[in-house]
Amino acid sequence: MRRTTAKLGLVALFVPGPTGLAAGQDRTEEPAPVDFNRDVRPILAEHCFACHGPDGADRKARLRLDVGGGEDGAYRESAGTAAIAPGSLDDSEVWYRVTTEFEDELMPPPEVHPEPLDPGELEIVKRWIEKGAQYADHWAFVPPVNRAADFDAQAGWGKGTIDRFVLASLQAEGLAPAAQADRRTLIRRATLDLTGLPPTPAEIEAFLSDEAPGAYERLVDGLLARPQYGEHMARFWLDLVRFADTNGVHHDHFRDLSPYRDYVIRSFNGDLPYDQFVTEQLAGDLLPEPTPDQLAASGFHRLHLVIDVGTMLPEESLSRNTIDRVTSFGTAFLGLTLQCAVCHDHKYDPIRQKDVFQLYAFFNNLDGPPETGRRKGPDFQRGVQPPYRRYPTETQTSLLAQLDKASEAAEAELAGLEEDHADREALDEEILRLGEERDAVEAGVRAVMVMRERSEPRPAFIFERGAYDQLGDPVERDTPAFLPPLETADGSAAPTRLDLARWVVAQDNPLTARVAVNRFWQQFFGVGLVKTAEDFGTRGEWPRHLGLLDHLAVTFRESGWSVKTLVRRIVTSETYRQSSVAPTEAFVSDPENRLLARGSRFRLDAEVIRDQILATSGLLSPKMFGKSVKPPQPLGIWKAVSLPDSYPRIFEADEGEAVRRRSVYTFWKRALAPPQLTILNAPNRESCVARRERTNTPLQALLLMNEEEFLKAARHLAMSALEEGPEDPESRLNWIYERVTARLPDPSVHTTLLTAAQDLEDMYRNAPPLADELCEGLVLAPDMHAAELAAWTMVTSAIQNLDVTRTRD
Amino acid sequence: MTGSIHEEQNPSLSRRQFLRATSMGLGATAAGALLPGSATADLVGSGLPKAKRVIFLFMAGAPSQLDLFDHKPGLADQLGEPLPGSVSQGQRVTAMTRGSEQLVVPSMYGFRPAGKSGVEWSELLPHLSRQADKICVVKSMRTNAINHDPGKTFLCTGSEIAGRASMGSWLSYGLGTMNRDLPDFVVLNSAFWTGGTRNVQGLYSRLWGSGYLPSKHQGVAFQTAGDPVLFLSNPDGVDEAVRRRMLDAVRDVNRSHQQIAGDPEIGTTIAQAEMAFRMQTSVPELTDLGREPKSVLDLYGPEVHKPGSFARNCLLARRMIERDVRFVQLFHRGWDHHSILPKQLPGQCFDVDQPSAALLVDLERRGLLDDTIVVFAGEFGRTVYGQGKLERENYGRDHHPRCFSVWLAGGGIQGGMTYGETDDFSYNVVRDPVEVRDLHATMLHLLGVDHRRLTFPFQGLDQKLTGVEEARVIHGILG
Repeated sequence: MRRTTAKLGLVALFVPGPTGLAAGQDRTEEPAPVDFNRDVRPILAEHCFACHGPDGADRKARLRLDVGGGEDGAYRESAGTAAIAPGSLDDSEVWYRVTTEFEDELMPPPEVHPEPLDPGELEIVKRWIEKGAQYADHWAFVPPVNRAADFDAQAGWGKGTIDRFVLASLQAEGLAPAAQADRRTLIRRATLDLTGLPPTPAEIEAFLSDEAPGAYERLVDGLLARPQYGEHMARFWLDLVRFADTNGVHHDHFRDLSPYRDYVIRSFNGDLPYDQFVTEQLAGDLLPEPTPDQLAASGFHRLHLVIDVGTMLPEESLSRNTIDRVTSFGTAFLGLTLQCAVCHDHKYDPIRQKDVFQLYAFFNNLDGPPETGRRKGPDFQRGVQPPYRRYPTETQTSLLAQLDKASEAAEAELAGLEEDHADREALDEEILRLGEERDAVEAGVRAVMVMRERSEPRPAFIFERGAYDQLGDPVERDTPAFLPPLETADGSAAPTRLDLARWVVAQDNPLTARVAVNRFWQQFFGVGLVKTAEDFGTRGEWPRHLGLLDHLAVTFRESGWSVKTLVRRIVTSETYRQSSVAPTEAFVSDPENRLLARGSRFRLDAEVIRDQILATSGLLSPKMFGKSVKPPQPLGIWKAVSLPDSYPRIFEADEGEAVRRRSVYTFWKRALAPPQLTILNAPNRESCVARRERTNTPLQALLLMNEEEFLKAARHLAMSALEEGPEDPESRLNWIYERVTARLPDPSVHTTLLTAAQDLEDMYRNAPPLADELCEGLVLAPDMHAAELAAWTMVTSAIQNLDVTRTRD
Repeated sequence: MTGSIHEEQNPSLSRRQFLRATSMGLGATAAGALLPGSATADLVGSGLPKAKRVIFLFMAGAPSQLDLFDHKPGLADQLGEPLPGSVSQGQRVTAMTRGSEQLVVPSMYGFRPAGKSGVEWSELLPHLSRQADKICVVKSMRTNAINHDPGKTFLCTGSEIAGRASMGSWLSYGLGTMNRDLPDFVVLNSAFWTGGTRNVQGLYSRLWGSGYLPSKHQGVAFQTAGDPVLFLSNPDGVDEAVRRRMLDAVRDVNRSHQQIAGDPEIGTTIAQAEMAFRMQTSVPELTDLGREPKSVLDLYGPEVHKPGSFARNCLLARRMIERDVRFVQLFHRGWDHHSILPKQLPGQCFDVDQPSAALLVDLERRGLLDDTIVVFAGEFGRTVYGQGKLERENYGRDHHPRCFSVWLAGGGIQGGMTYGETDDFSYNVVRDPVEVRDLHATMLHLLGVDHRRLTFPFQGLDQKLTGVEEARVIHGILG
């Protein structure tokens, strides 16, 4: 036998433990047992599945390594040799192939996959085969089980189950939880996390002086009851479903989906159970006697990109829209990358191409055109296209009826006239004018885009290699075979979207609750228990605290899918309340706080940064709901992306209250999203985003120091400080600092900023024109000096730019 | 300036933390190259790089290869003849010409051999034809897309679907930065063009977006009017001294807070604010053409004096390349000539011919052409069959994905040659087809990067610029 294990000389003996982290581990112990899903599957997926995985079409040598049994499974023998012989390295062809010296036999073939298995990976595979090469179903495809009872005996920290899970895992790492954060930190953290806005000094004072037990819980309950909670929660959801105000392709015309946004905000505020929230979005139009909100919810299916009529072929547009819907369905509700199986079977997950097109068959039946309408008429102006539901006011209804009546009368009169009658021309003009007037009224009627089925369902076919014009076998509506079967409400063979929605939220669906609780967790800790919030497939991340995730998923469902209950549990846990202060080494070894040994510390999202500036300076408008608004942007930046006929073509900023509203209402042009937000990592809303990244760039520094609206807000707050705040500069500084950061400056910070205030005032006194420029447009009180206001404006701006201000800790 | 980033970093940082922390390509690279200048992608390498930088001249709207590059003298007497079905093979068309008859329209423009190599160039491109010996014209490009938006997205990101990373962001991610004061990837959009505004498409920030890559790698689009970089200038009432004083206070408070909080990310924040302050000087210096000699300005032609012109952007591109910006991408719109092509194409050529030729000359004079790749490409080609009026001197052409021409120069490209061949109708590629992914793979190869190894994990896949289908390096065009 030519067996050789040439590479084994390189194999390191160290294998990562169950957490994959070396911290606190005793190296002399027996290596931890190899877990197929956690340890082995990622290696096989990385190196093998592209040719030996679930995709039957591209499978080489009729061998798949993602399962053991079956005709092509890893245990199968070929020419007397098993690919993988459980318990025996020598009899396993796979082991030979990944370790051989002979390049022409080495797997993976270097020309296909340039990275061979590294020594650590080889060691894991070796131990797995030796221990019997047991396969297991992917964790996320097996229903979650609540194992909280296992931890009941745990003593100590925290009253809730979340803390017991976390404590157990910290102890396994040889770590202890951090102390609770101080009260100022807690109220700022909870207020920002639950409402997206900072606490006011009065709220801070009330919390600091509430010494009765349960003060924090009372704070949380109060925050959950605020309408700003729904606005804040909606923002994450709008990223997930790629909500925007333009159609995203070619001319990138205006499209009004704001009723959908209003629905999402109301749903979070009313704590609409998540299963209903999902059902209404997927199939609100199919519910019995749907409410206006349920119809607006079905606008979920209208959030995709839409191309202009007359560019693509309509059948291609239809297919793109539908695949876009399937993709967002997979990302938002199931955490599956369905889009990876449009052209072929999924390379890593058991999603067949057929599965994707069976889902496609649920979504290809919109009773409306697949492209934008022509560039005129009331629908174009108000940014909707059929199908939609109209909600005219009484005045509009009667006005339209009058105009119709007048038109009818004019037409009747016209019909009665001779061909060459002298009045014909005037009547024609009258009819035209009435039509225009009618259009103008109609354009003002509120219209809500919805989903509506065609009476005759469109047939669906597999697209060969994903090409819309290469139709393969016909398919019927169904769900992926590896997930629980779909049931129809009436037992018929023709499932509806409503059946699909019920399937998503059915008790035995292993993904829905896990995917949802993970995203909510991510909001409060900066990163999910599964980091890849958009992908729970086999290439997604192994959950860092699987027991906790499953516990939360099961209890979330059992609570009646109450998001507020879940959120309350998370933010009242001791885990959440830990201080984020830690030695630098702790940040270095666990930068994203995956171990939960401290409170999380991360830069605020773009919208929160802007809203915080508006709120702390006293400018924020509390107005809720309605169409998007346009706060100022740098001049001319739409020019590069607009076409002569784009609607709108030129950015025109709103004025007054509209520019001071929360960022969730900011007009989002997909071709060029608001730079104040995208520079701070807001997505462009072209595709579904389940988690934002957080970068730290010079462009962000430029934005925060130079954006004119931000500076105006600083000036506004400085002015208030000078007019209403304490007389002496020392206290004035505290007054501003507390408003912006919710804290008081420590002595060295106080000195630094006060010295800066004095220096800046000197600089401005020596350059009066400069001070006047900064105070342009303001009428100063007689006793206020421009240099003083300018200096305090710059100090306020400095405080707005501080790391403590842009960070939630 | 050197070392300032490190000064702000806590010395106890691990390398990983450092990589996570630094931004806008400040040493944070896939290749693991830590410092400017040392990034040669050893871990993703395919050998020694020939090139370090790229200028990509994107002709948005798709110029007609038949009138500019792919000379088909045999068509001269076929005006109005139906295109043989054996050529078109029932291929998919746009909504605009579906159902209409496909009638041949020859180019009305003359072609002449140019340079020592004798490559044929259209009379519309006299300046470029004088640089023929520096240029390789690839006539056998193919694409999947038949409409502008997916076509441009495909050429710029390797996929028709929105959400992938663009070429420049891949290079920023893979190769890291070579300078400390400017972004790695800059985008310059022409503010106007001569060939009419009749059929112009929008551009999308996704064309220079970072997709799934960290957003610090996305292209920074310089603005024609106002600040070249958004929010670069101090607002009214703030001068440099005031800004410096304010930033000093911010830095001191942040430092003191870092002592307490422990989070090294604060160090990055401090460093980035300092970089921002430096950019307030370096960017205006970059965009100020006041010190360019008249001879250089004249080289680029009279349009160079107009802000937002393609000519000015070419000169700015050279200045960026001189300062070691990794990838500069110019977008010039106005090439979508469905009708009255002879009225519009010459104006477009006026816009780009002299400046892009000047760019090659200027780069060469400064010794920069050897390690700078210049690429000139649209998103697809145009049809041999006409659209609009069908007269010898008045015609239009529809979108054509089955073949189009691009040219490359510098950075290890062999000049004075053509590559690939199309059939008699410039309809199908008959020799040496080049897919978009092959073009990408070749650019990466010249930069010393193996396209198969430049990957980023996302949605369960190791994403690549060149996508899932196998891409080839086009060795036939390498010098």
